[in-house]
Amino acid sequence: MPSIKDTVLQYVKNEYLESDDDREITYDTPLISGGIVDSFSMVSLKVFLETQYKIQIPDAKASPEAFDSVNNIVNLLKELNVKE
Amino acid sequence: MAYTADVRKVYFDQLEDLKSQGIFKEERAICAPQDSEIEVEFPIGSEKKKVINMCANNYLGLSSHPEVVKAAHDGLDVRGYGMSSVRFICGTQDIHKELERKLTEFLGTEDTILFPSCMDANAGVFEAILTEQDVMIADRLVHASIIDGMRLCKAQNDSFKHSDMAHLEEKLQLHQNKRLRMVITDGAFSMDGDLAKLDKIVELAEKYNAMVFIDDSHASGYIGRTGRGTQEHCGVLGKIDIITTTLGKALGGASGGCVSGRKEIVEMCRQKARPYLFSNTVAPVIVEGALRVLDIISRSTERRDKLEENSTFWRKGLTDAGFIIKEGETAIVPVMLFNAKLSQDVAKDLYAEGIYAVGFFFPVVPKGQARIRTQLSAAHERHHLEKALAAFIKVGKKYDILGKTKQEIIDKYGM
Repeated sequence: MPSIKDTVLQYVKNEYLESDDDREITYDTPLISGGIVDSFSMVSLKVFLETQYKIQIPDAKASPEAFDSVNNIVNLLKELNVKE
Repeated sequence: MAYTADVRKVYFDQLEDLKSQGIFKEERAICAPQDSEIEVEFPIGSEKKKVINMCANNYLGLSSHPEVVKAAHDGLDVRGYGMSSVRFICGTQDIHKELERKLTEFLGTEDTILFPSCMDANAGVFEAILTEQDVMIADRLVHASIIDGMRLCKAQNDSFKHSDMAHLEEKLQLHQNKRLRMVITDGAFSMDGDLAKLDKIVELAEKYNAMVFIDDSHASGYIGRTGRGTQEHCGVLGKIDIITTTLGKALGGASGGCVSGRKEIVEMCRQKARPYLFSNTVAPVIVEGALRVLDIISRSTERRDKLEENSTFWRKGLTDAGFIIKEGETAIVPVMLFNAKLSQDVAKDLYAEGIYAVGFFFPVVPKGQARIRTQLSAAHERHHLEKALAAFIKVGKKYDILGKTKQEIIDKYGM
């Protein structure tokens, strides 16, 4: 079973990169400040995480900073007690 | 709180930051009616310069058409300057109802409600008709006003990759547990100049029991055989549940917008849409002007046919010259330059050559996709376009981008 980190990375690639977009995304790539995910389409990422890990992410924690890289997202999930 | 030096500094610093990022917008003063050739002061106060306008939404060239101007004058004489009221108090005249009827007929819908602008229509419509039990699934390139409208609405929002039907289908499947689903898209996309795949969207919406919403502001009046918009072009007239559009582009260019569609939805907007309830009625001069526009374009397809010819000529001219353009069927033709600074430099040089076109870059378009957006008009004559093309080629040669691939341009100028 893939790690949380890789599951999130794979989702981000599938969800946000257009087919002709050859940008490389790593665990540290800035997603929101880097223009890959805008604050509008960030919602689908939140819904995915909530569904996948059966959690509720409080609005106060779903900040652009918390979602700005795969590593940040994994940290947020840890804070919300999501385990591998 | 007083407007202290500290407060002033907060805003001063933000404005300076915009300038240092190169995204500070400056207005240019046009010293003439809107047309294919205009006199411009840029910067404001400098010497006037005559330029060919390649950046107006004046698709049918009706913004300053003598018949439209006369109708507006007549409206002013007969129905006055303003109504000093919102619609539901004492701001509805007979001509407002007439325009709503004519728009309904033109768009092939059940009913129509006027708004002060399409921005207002988009800002108000979702909140008026959807609740937290529902979901809005929008194309990722929809206009900013739709995003604002969605933000004001309590329904869940989600999005799909631009015109990616497989992705839309996944999202429709994901949201089958919601009370209502609404697929939201622009008809013609303002930055890319392509059209939504409305036939496919309607098919998916029928399969997954969803409503379809389009903002056809950049298409109404000229897309489709008789200019009825993207729904006509895609063969789905009468199948779009909600159409918002503007009177500020092809349909006269002044201002005003509408929500047109299923009669219950229009009625819900009349009861609940806040920009409709709390802002002034559309001024009588604009209503009369718009009525005349609808007359003109219902009498003949001459203007949209000429626009189509102009767009075809322009697309072919740029492509043959070696520019990279975004493919599409609209009068919006983006010339891709990829690098933000290059797009500004090219726009500046074009202006020096007497061509007024604007460079767009992040955050208006995605990073690495900077471009010059050109827009055609039925008011353009062939000699305008030939001159504009010659200027583009001259500037293209200067920057050595003609016949170059995307990668070659990026290698030379960066993303």
